[in-house]
Amino acid sequence: MKAHLMYRDRDVDLQAKPAPGIPDLVQDLSLETVFDAMGAGDPYLRDVAQRVVPVGLQDPAAIRYRQEILADCIAQPQIVRRIYALAVSAIEGERHVWGFTLRYPEGVLHRSVEVLGIFRDHLRDLRGIADEHTEGFHSEGFRVLFAMLGRELEDAYLASIAEHLRRLQFRKSGLLMSARLGHGNKGTQYRIHMPFHVRWSLRGRLEGWAHKLMGGEASTFVYELDDRDEAGFQALQELRDRGIAPVASALAASTAHILDFFKMLRAELAFHIGCLNLRERLIAKGDPVCFPDPTSTGECLINARGLCDLSLTLNMQERAIGNELSAERECLVIITGANRGGKTTFLRSVGLAQLLMQCGAFVPAERYQAGVCSALFTHFRREEDAAMRSGKLDEELSRMSTIVDSLREGAMVLLNESFASTNEREGSEIARQIVRALLERGVKVLYVTHLYDLAAGFYRAPPGPAVFLRAERLADGQRTFKVLEGEPLSTSYGADVYRRVFKAPAG
Amino acid sequence: MRCSILFDTPDEQLLAERREFPECFRDLNLDQITEAVTEGREAYDLLPIFYLPLSRVEAVHYRHQVFRDFSKPDVFACVASFSERMRGVRAALVETSKLYCNLQKQREHLDTVGGYCEAVNSLTRALTLSDLGSSGLIRLRQCLSEYTVSAAFGSLAAETESLQADLSAIAYAVRIDGKRIEVSRYGGEPDYAAQVLETFAKFRQGAVEAREFTFRSRSVMNHIEEAVVERVARLFPETFSTLARYCDEHRDFLDPVVAEFEREAQFYLAWLEYLRPLEKLGLSVCYPEISQDARSSHCFDTFDLALAHRLLAEKGTAVVNDFELHAPERIIVVSGANQGGKSTFARLIGQVHHLAGIGCLVPGREATLPLVDRVLTHFEREERVETLSGKLEESLERMRMLLARATRSTLLIMNESFDATTVSDAAFLNREILRRVMERDMLCVCVTFLDELASLSDRTVSYVATVDPEDPATRTFRVVRKPAEGLAYAMAIAERYGLTYERVKERVSR
Repeated sequence: MKAHLMYRDRDVDLQAKPAPGIPDLVQDLSLETVFDAMGAGDPYLRDVAQRVVPVGLQDPAAIRYRQEILADCIAQPQIVRRIYALAVSAIEGERHVWGFTLRYPEGVLHRSVEVLGIFRDHLRDLRGIADEHTEGFHSEGFRVLFAMLGRELEDAYLASIAEHLRRLQFRKSGLLMSARLGHGNKGTQYRIHMPFHVRWSLRGRLEGWAHKLMGGEASTFVYELDDRDEAGFQALQELRDRGIAPVASALAASTAHILDFFKMLRAELAFHIGCLNLRERLIAKGDPVCFPDPTSTGECLINARGLCDLSLTLNMQERAIGNELSAERECLVIITGANRGGKTTFLRSVGLAQLLMQCGAFVPAERYQAGVCSALFTHFRREEDAAMRSGKLDEELSRMSTIVDSLREGAMVLLNESFASTNEREGSEIARQIVRALLERGVKVLYVTHLYDLAAGFYRAPPGPAVFLRAERLADGQRTFKVLEGEPLSTSYGADVYRRVFKAPAG
Repeated sequence: MRCSILFDTPDEQLLAERREFPECFRDLNLDQITEAVTEGREAYDLLPIFYLPLSRVEAVHYRHQVFRDFSKPDVFACVASFSERMRGVRAALVETSKLYCNLQKQREHLDTVGGYCEAVNSLTRALTLSDLGSSGLIRLRQCLSEYTVSAAFGSLAAETESLQADLSAIAYAVRIDGKRIEVSRYGGEPDYAAQVLETFAKFRQGAVEAREFTFRSRSVMNHIEEAVVERVARLFPETFSTLARYCDEHRDFLDPVVAEFEREAQFYLAWLEYLRPLEKLGLSVCYPEISQDARSSHCFDTFDLALAHRLLAEKGTAVVNDFELHAPERIIVVSGANQGGKSTFARLIGQVHHLAGIGCLVPGREATLPLVDRVLTHFEREERVETLSGKLEESLERMRMLLARATRSTLLIMNESFDATTVSDAAFLNREILRRVMERDMLCVCVTFLDELASLSDRTVSYVATVDPEDPATRTFRVVRKPAEGLAYAMAIAERYGLTYERVKERVSR
């Protein structure tokens, strides 16, 4: 039984090791914010988002397969959430059945019976939803899933499960053991004895009672458990529990198999539910949302209108400022301009949109059309490495070198103030050589930089078709957070900021 | 009698109770260092001792003396073994407090007291035989001797021993039948399990595939165990009433002087344990000469402690450096090769000053240092979306707040501040900040690629990260006092990482 709601031909793999570069991507694009929004407080949804979103699809057809399933979810959110809730409830139901007794064979047995009861009810409800709502779903993924549920969970099968739910009683027999006082006066050195000694025979007992009736000192003290004292019986159980282990483990294995089915269903739906959560957030604050249009792999095309930085907008009350980017065949985008002008935000917005498109989700834009890239990498400036293994430039170069190891044609690299940790002249030279080589190898490069030497040099003599953008700064020094086409300028207005912070006079 | 081995006066102790985490710790890697130092000693809450510099030179000397005593092998060994035992006592007390069965509590308490008496006795014996030089430890030894010869302590030890013997002699029988449990004296019945094993031994085959059920032993008694032990107590009434009386009488047995010493000793033990392996790298540590306001200072053959410990793990070789300030010099400007050890150099200066201020031995062969009131650091921070403000503004804002707290006894360490901007902006901003530093007469270390800052005034002195003259791509990690050269070797390093035009083209596959 499979629920292929992520890939046409395979299960979603939540255990896969993240590809190199993903931790950087998560940090640089502030993906944690996106995962939080998708999770909407549910740690499981968040975890799935975290594992699935950075793993891009490379085939436009695979992206569309997932987009169609997500479109069904957007059209029928209540039904999809009900299916998800069923899977969760089955899993939670299992989890809440007294896992406490799992160490004891008899506990395992009772528990398995109870869990199977819960599972049977949930399987029945699941089939009910599939029967009732098949008509409302149009995507290939959902149609195949619903057909399978109807076929595999027919009435006769559900009845056969009920058959297995009656079993096993234990005869309680007397046990005699001895012990000594160990740590904290707890019993230790337990040994079991046959009650053959004379004082345990009927005659011995009668003598004991007679002795007590005559006013002698008692030699036996009795404790009797209350019939409702479950914990007490459990404690007693511990002493007798070793015999029934094999039966208990066989039944436990069957329940584990059904549990895996529900876990798989939950995993396949979790990404889509996360997307529903994210979409509700964006719609509520009036941000634009659209399904992107993925074009064939490796194209340099990016056509974006009203494109917002998803991580940023999720952190704000008001609507985000949208930007445009129009690159038909330009594989190099250089972004320069004022500090605090929205350059990083712009870069992040493109990276996030690309990532969202490639995991089959919608994007926060009025329109986003782009070539599918073979992989996405980010190289943002970092705080100094706590391991002290390297200086800043080394740290940057070492990260870049790791990226180069994974790069192939059709990839996209986002550089944010890379190579500024040495002086401007040398940083520019390093950057120039790397960027040229990447472009010639068919890698798309978006580069936010303060290195005027680099940006101006590329402007005068572009290494290939290129777009130059600049963070807008009005004549009075105000930033609009708009990124517009424009030639690199030679200063970063650091003096402005200094005067504002230290309240120093101008000039 | 006051027996603190950490503070020479109550006032100093009071000051130290302000326990905020110094912001510089992370930048200076003092967080890594102190975490490593206190690892395994978390329960003693030692970190605050490392946070705040002492306010007087005498307080520093007081700790130096105690350190010298702890450096003697016999003293170190007896205190280490004492603290090991006391750790056991504390852990047992915590465990016992979680229990609710009185009979269990009582027995745990008895055994814990037994451990405590032994720990105190052997520490006192050992200290009496040691040759002590510090006023702190001599005072402490006096306190301990008075305590161990007291009548209260003597009878505690004797009662404990005799009760332990009585209890371990008890044996009893339990019979379970349905919901009925009977407890009686053990009548010498033979072991049934052994009989059963023997009877069926002939059937035993190879291993079978079976799930193994393990029976975990919990520390807390369930009420069935409780019911059983209560009945055992009724079978042996004299022993158990003695135990109950004993516990009532000796509820708070832990002497406050002993407890305080146990905690304070950890500071010294931990620091000496942390320094000890450095010898293997040929590194030395020393007692710095401290003065309240030294205008000239130096430290020779010093090194970054966190880095040295990393090298120990990786079996690398350590590089040592010197720094000196001769009046009127107040600002060390570090420039030169990338990855030439500039940040490490700045960091170690911060570490040495802070560590000297808390009375520790410092890395280095010989040192004279001022007592600084705090070390402030301005290192590059990562940009966060949540702040929604540009990095330069945030960076300047941080600098403004640092300067607002600085005094003339403050050491400021700037590590490539403001370099996220253009060369001309960076030069302008660094000059402005250094001007403010000089106005306040602060101590300062400034790491920068702007070599022009090194010759700003007679208060600045230039240090340069050097490279191997034979091969400019090889860093020596030596930072030396000499005029700035304005040389960076970035392309040579890019080459080393395979990031030149030709190499990148080769490496990116089609």
